[in-house]
Amino acid sequence: MNDLSQQFIERVKSATAPLCIRGGGSKDWYGNAPRGEVLEVSAHRGIVAYEPSELVITARCGTLLTEIEAVLAEKGQCLPFEPPRFAAESTIGGVVAAGLSGPRRVSAGSLRDYLLGVKLLDGRGHELVFGGQVMKNVAGYDVARLMAGSLGTLGILLEVSLKVMPRPAATATLRFALSQAEALERLNRWAAQPLPIVASAWHEGMLTIELAGARAAVEAAQTKLGAGDTAPETFWDDLRDQRLPFFASETLWRLSVPPTTPPLDLPGEQLIEWRGGLRWLKTDLPAEAIRAAAAAVGGHATLWRAPPELKERVGAFAPLPAPLMTLHQNLKAAFDPRGIFNPGRLYPEL
Amino acid sequence: MSHSPSSADVPEVPVEARDALFHELAAILPPAALITHPEELKPYECDGLTAYRQLPWLVTLPETEEQVVAILKACHRHRVPVVARGAGTGLSGGATPVAGGVILSLAKFMHILAIDPQACTARVQPGVRNLAISEAAAAYGLYYAPDPSSQLACTIGGNVAENSGGVHCLKYGLTVHNILKLRIALIDGTVVEIGSNAFDSPGYDLLALLIGSEGMLAVVLEAWVKLTPKPQTARVVMASFDDLTQAGNAVADIIAAGIIPAGLEMMDMPATAAVEDFVHAGYDLSAAAILLAESDGTPEEVEEEIAAMQTVLEKAGARDLRVSQDEAERLLFWAGRKAAFPAVGRITPDYLCMDGTIPRKHLATVLTRIGELSARYGLRCANVFHAGDGNLHPLIMFDANVPGELERATEFGARILELSVDVGGTITGEHGVGIEKVGQMCVQFTPDELAAFHAVKAAFDPHGLLNPGKAVPTPRRCSEYRLTGTAR
Repeated sequence: MNDLSQQFIERVKSATAPLCIRGGGSKDWYGNAPRGEVLEVSAHRGIVAYEPSELVITARCGTLLTEIEAVLAEKGQCLPFEPPRFAAESTIGGVVAAGLSGPRRVSAGSLRDYLLGVKLLDGRGHELVFGGQVMKNVAGYDVARLMAGSLGTLGILLEVSLKVMPRPAATATLRFALSQAEALERLNRWAAQPLPIVASAWHEGMLTIELAGARAAVEAAQTKLGAGDTAPETFWDDLRDQRLPFFASETLWRLSVPPTTPPLDLPGEQLIEWRGGLRWLKTDLPAEAIRAAAAAVGGHATLWRAPPELKERVGAFAPLPAPLMTLHQNLKAAFDPRGIFNPGRLYPEL
Repeated sequence: MSHSPSSADVPEVPVEARDALFHELAAILPPAALITHPEELKPYECDGLTAYRQLPWLVTLPETEEQVVAILKACHRHRVPVVARGAGTGLSGGATPVAGGVILSLAKFMHILAIDPQACTARVQPGVRNLAISEAAAAYGLYYAPDPSSQLACTIGGNVAENSGGVHCLKYGLTVHNILKLRIALIDGTVVEIGSNAFDSPGYDLLALLIGSEGMLAVVLEAWVKLTPKPQTARVVMASFDDLTQAGNAVADIIAAGIIPAGLEMMDMPATAAVEDFVHAGYDLSAAAILLAESDGTPEEVEEEIAAMQTVLEKAGARDLRVSQDEAERLLFWAGRKAAFPAVGRITPDYLCMDGTIPRKHLATVLTRIGELSARYGLRCANVFHAGDGNLHPLIMFDANVPGELERATEFGARILELSVDVGGTITGEHGVGIEKVGQMCVQFTPDELAAFHAVKAAFDPHGLLNPGKAVPTPRRCSEYRLTGTAR
């Protein structure tokens, strides 16, 4: 019996103190520090429905991401937004709650773009279904997508339905020796052309790009762009799951900026993904200066990994303007009136 | 015969409050931007769902963001309902006025403010027409992908409100996948920006919540849209089938073969008959269903994909296959599908266009059931739909001048939507709930879920002033619907 909904309903209804919703724990370090009594959800697992020709998979929150990926791969399909796995214990509920997407996000879209429906347990212990298992659905507000990246602050995601896609027929990885400025310029120029570039990464004078799509299209692009050097086969997986040596750092910032932003002149080391839209930064610069630099170009900075006292002091996520925070608080109150789900994990005010 | 939204869900406005509001608006707006004469209010009494009409109390035509903010603030202060409106092409009554309420027309916000070809984005005002964005972006080899049938006339603000789709959305997504950022005004006049020119923003995904919210959470002041490189080439395969089940299976086979066509559309025999007369595209009139499958991309890609689709379609039992040989022929093949609504409009005095989405595997079953319902209600029904994503558009034909036909058509439509829910689908794929499908919301959602929607609404608009009475039924309406099968 892998359906533990009833157990969760009772736990929520009887809760007198905050609950910390926890799946595989692969992202315990993400966001602000978890608080509250741990509510283990990883035993609530299992793929509820999957039919390849419908392009939709529905699974309980505790289902392992690796299990889902294996089942999809058997049918030649995948989660195109490439959620980082970080660890083998990563669950699909955690993937949705964290809302993170991997290297192909720029071309494929983000997790929320593929989130079609959720079954949610709200703070009153009510089971609610939003969205569904079809591609197009505009009945009611799109509460399902609101759950993407909400870090479990609005409810327990009992089940999620995700749109899946065919795996590309062909892929190729090309590598070019380029300065940061040259790499950014070239990536953005390529973006406005019909080229099958699905992912990019720049680090230490080397630009790596991934092509994917129809075999003919990938071959044509390879010829057009020049063969370049090849990268290690595991490169994109290592980037996605942050196993590259660059990521082994006690403090790491994630800057999300408009992709056309020129090189950010900040001290430290950078690794750039997403055509220039994602800039990982290792630096000693104070938090305020990093956040200001990101905001100045129309982006924001997340304190990704850090010693607890630093996260505690500056918060994991960029502060919100007051009217937006009010909307956030109103929404939190709408779904979790007693404030029992993951308090403070996203913002201290939620 | 016409309907109006239930007045019970709309706040009552005392006469003194209206007088006070009128004087305030007259002080803010130039005389031409404030319409009160019944003759001039008439064009605003309905949107594309013409069976429902309601004269608003007054119409405002602001030209600046400051004016919009001032109008909202004044309405908020006096607790007068406001309905924002673009071109009014919506098909579910989302822009139908409320009695005693103000219409906030965004028709004058029609400027494309910037196009950034390198970032592949455009910053536009809400009254800009969908097609105008693609026309302006064409100079850079870019276009705006979501293409509702009404794209010639509909505005991007309305697209945001309804999360509009179109033929391309199987491959390129709906509005929600193609909007990066919105500048919005809340009902109290607070202006905020949500989303980002970066690939994500901190906090909750309010952008997803706003898109498709049918004008009930905020008013769009500006939108940053994503532009897509124009495919170098596109070709379409037209396949005819002798039966609906075969055609339905062919759709599943294409997807299962790992192909995501740029468009995958189906028309049944009554639809084909109606459009062939109109556009002379050379459709196979004896086919039970016609499937149009488009491939776009580089010439190499398209050639590969078209060949693959031909193989799948032949194996699936297609009786006849034609591949467009040039751009003119491609457009001709599509002409009928694009003109399906007006074509049906020519053969019947009135029609209702329904909009359910179903899991694709139930296509044949649902079409067969619709055929049975058509016989039961004694009304013709033509089916055109986005087969690739299971989004049905049954066109129910009737004559409003024949007593009882509108009621029968409405009931027929309601049954189709309930059928969609029964097979695991939804009552609306892209047209929205508006006032048309408020009753069927009670079928798709439980009272707890509807309460959650009301709570979301209250989080943005505590007094329920933005587009009240639309999209989300009150518990009272649902009990009525369950008792009588009608929410009006």
